[in-house]
Amino acid sequence: MKEKLLVIGNGMSGLRTIEDLFDITKDKYDITIIGDEPHYNYNRIMLSYLLSGEKSFEDTIINHKTWYDENNVTLHKGDAAIAIDKDKKTVTSQSGKVLSYDKLLIATGSNSFIPKTKGSELKNVIGFRTKLDSDTILELISKDKTAVVVGGGLLGLEAAYGIAMHGIKTILVHRSSSIMSQQLDSTGGRLLQKNLEAYGIEFKLNTTIEEISGEHIVEKVSFTDGSSVESNIVVFATGIIPNTKLAKQADLDIKKGIVVNDHLQTSDESIFAIGECAQHGGNTYGLVAPLYEQAKFCAKKLADVPSDGYAGSTLSTRLKISGVDLFSAGDYLGDETTEDLILLDEKFGIYKKLVIYEDRIIGIVLYGETSDASWYLKLLKEESNISDLRHKILFGKSALGDSGHGGDDIASMSDDEEICGCNGITKGSVVCAIKDQDLKTLNDVKTCTKAGASCGSCLGLVEQVLVHTLGDEYQSNVQEGICPCCDVGHKEIKACVSLNDYKTVYEVFENLAWKNEDGCIKCRPAVNYYLLVKYNDDKYKNDKRSLLVNDRVFANIQKDGTYSVVPRIWGGVTSAQELKDMADIAVKYDVPTVKFTGGQRLDMLGVRKDQLEPMWKDLNDVGFVSGQAYAKGLRTVKTCVGNVWCRFGTQDAMQTGIDIEKFTWGSWTPHKFKIAVSGCPRNCAEATIKDIGVIAVDSGWEIHIAGNGGIKVRVTDFLCKVKNNEELYVYIKAIMQFYREDAYYLERTAHWIERVGLEYIKEVLLETKGKIEFYEQRFIESQKHAQIDPWEQSRKDGFTKEFSPIVLDIKDSPSYEAHEKANA
Amino acid sequence: MKTWKKITNINDIPLMGSRILQYKEEEIVLFKNRKEEIFVINNVCPHKQGKLSEGLVHGKNVTCPLHNWDINLETGEALGSDSGCTQVYESKIEEEMLYVLL
Repeated sequence: MKEKLLVIGNGMSGLRTIEDLFDITKDKYDITIIGDEPHYNYNRIMLSYLLSGEKSFEDTIINHKTWYDENNVTLHKGDAAIAIDKDKKTVTSQSGKVLSYDKLLIATGSNSFIPKTKGSELKNVIGFRTKLDSDTILELISKDKTAVVVGGGLLGLEAAYGIAMHGIKTILVHRSSSIMSQQLDSTGGRLLQKNLEAYGIEFKLNTTIEEISGEHIVEKVSFTDGSSVESNIVVFATGIIPNTKLAKQADLDIKKGIVVNDHLQTSDESIFAIGECAQHGGNTYGLVAPLYEQAKFCAKKLADVPSDGYAGSTLSTRLKISGVDLFSAGDYLGDETTEDLILLDEKFGIYKKLVIYEDRIIGIVLYGETSDASWYLKLLKEESNISDLRHKILFGKSALGDSGHGGDDIASMSDDEEICGCNGITKGSVVCAIKDQDLKTLNDVKTCTKAGASCGSCLGLVEQVLVHTLGDEYQSNVQEGICPCCDVGHKEIKACVSLNDYKTVYEVFENLAWKNEDGCIKCRPAVNYYLLVKYNDDKYKNDKRSLLVNDRVFANIQKDGTYSVVPRIWGGVTSAQELKDMADIAVKYDVPTVKFTGGQRLDMLGVRKDQLEPMWKDLNDVGFVSGQAYAKGLRTVKTCVGNVWCRFGTQDAMQTGIDIEKFTWGSWTPHKFKIAVSGCPRNCAEATIKDIGVIAVDSGWEIHIAGNGGIKVRVTDFLCKVKNNEELYVYIKAIMQFYREDAYYLERTAHWIERVGLEYIKEVLLETKGKIEFYEQRFIESQKHAQIDPWEQSRKDGFTKEFSPIVLDIKDSPSYEAHEKANA
Repeated sequence: MKTWKKITNINDIPLMGSRILQYKEEEIVLFKNRKEEIFVINNVCPHKQGKLSEGLVHGKNVTCPLHNWDINLETGEALGSDSGCTQVYESKIEEEMLYVLL
């Protein structure tokens, strides 16, 4: 027998909770909704577009009748709940229905707050909250009369704009000296006001209404500045009050709103409250993003899925007025302990302000140019140290040049421009998919369109498209899972792995409420990696079945299903004998292509899977080990000839490279890892685009980190200088260990450093005493169990047995050797 | 005329892994998932002919190593927004021995 879930309020937060609940389970509850509005769930934040005529009501409906029908949700619309009986667990409605519940969700939203004003009881004095309000306004406004809007906040401005768009003279009165003072500083307010005046809105600041007069309906409005105007409608947008009436009658705990805990439970544990009517940790929220965030946690609780609970929200605002680009978040005013970074161009109407406290962004105001809003918001939420970026940060993410797609501005891109180069996805098709399939998150877009699903370098752009298409509805702050199997990010998974003991990836999945018990190609290798980092190879057995093909079979798969074989050539230095041995083996196995790699070794391509084992044996027998060209681990140490031969060389780059490769080979890292050693600053080994680049100077070595020569070239950052090889080796071990422990799985050093900042890495490694030695020791410990040649080991432990095909008739065997054997 | 062919002991197929069966011109793959269920399917991804045998097994699906298409092992159908189908074969197990209808 299913439990009964009753929802009071057929609005955005109640319905979102049900949708989130359905994502987890559809079987737990019979769901009934009762709502006083006579509509299906519509998008209340689109009311201003409805008022301005830019959208039809049909456009704003989120859940159509079919949704309720298909999901067996019973809806009583146009009927208000009037009483809750906690003991009998019933709710009575205006029409006399008595509905029983096991769990009750109160999502009654809020009402307009109309301050006591002379004449405010007259007809045509209204708020702006509902479809009905919007209809009433549209019915009343007339060209001969002036409309008065009270309140210069988000809602007031949207109402005034909506009215002014019909060519109606509109006056907006606001009690303080600058508009949107809750979300905007005075400069931003001034620019916005100028913009809106162009639409025909007249502003009266530092002013309130003295009196509204008229016989039965509004006829005249007098202001505190002594002026008055003939008017037939006054719209109050002076704030909202949580609708707590029912909860109060039911004697639930109430302050400003209905008090809820982190799981959105009220003082009665079978009653939940969410949205504008609820109060969490002293705050009530009136914007959509926090409400959607609450819904996620409420749904989990309803489904009995454990979660950390809702921790409050950082608010961000976008004004929904066409042609006005405005964004603000956090503490946008600052105080005497904070600094402001400001860019102001009044002529073009561009204003950007970041409020900084201790090298971190705590507040954002953007006006006229908001394309970097999601990036700034991310930096704010992740509390990233921005000291490395601050001289360029106001010019936007593209000005950094090294990350994302420099210079791309999503708003100016045409629909046929390509966003995702890997999958050939255009901006237009992403926008269509978002609209048609109601996509809300990056993961949704990735799954449905494949944009950003491959190399991921375009994810920033895809996110921008989401922000532009969805506006306020886009919840960048909601933690997205690393794949559709889960709702947790890398950070949470790492924290969970470090707290508890696990023997397998599946135990982690279970603990974190994975939706697919076996995980997928994204999460299984990641979790396996985090377990490996925690336990090393001796206490946790690297799970082959959680690795993708190359890591699993110690070779790189090619498009025709054959493999490439790359033996290790220490420091890129080889000998005539080694080359001869390799050539013999290549001839023996009839290798179709032999090629030099960029990492100074030989690639033998086109090897059949059943040939791998005998070929590895032959290579092992003449002294080669795997070059691990497939590994999420150390690949190569590239060198120049250094001072042994070169007239410019100042240090022995070849031997240093060989030494480094000898102690780093076999190590596994979050992603592939490349090192290079150059014997002088001419840098012939191209060390400045490697994960670690070592460059000789007269007095020792310079260590550079986090370079990348891939999709987006990134030049290394200089970390420090060391005096001799001994010191150099200590630092390299420590850097690799810190990276493998701190970075997320599949995060190259370049992406890692852009996420955490060079300053952070310096702070940990260089400025904290003993840390270099600490990480060095941990590296040495883990290498004890990692420096085992996988080719030799997998031959000896029998793993390679599965490489050969099963044949029923020897004639079917692809192997020439097998035919030989059979004939003999 | 198809007949039941004796293939191999099921213990020869690694858990959450696969073995290739070379039968005349056909390359067929035998999968074993975490619940030790056996699936027999053509070793060809309907997308770009990737070798499914090298993919990661999860639930009753395998993800192709070339472009990450998910293929249902019971039906051979591509999952999600991709479409395409690869041939599946009937199989049975008798006393730990796997038989395939070929």
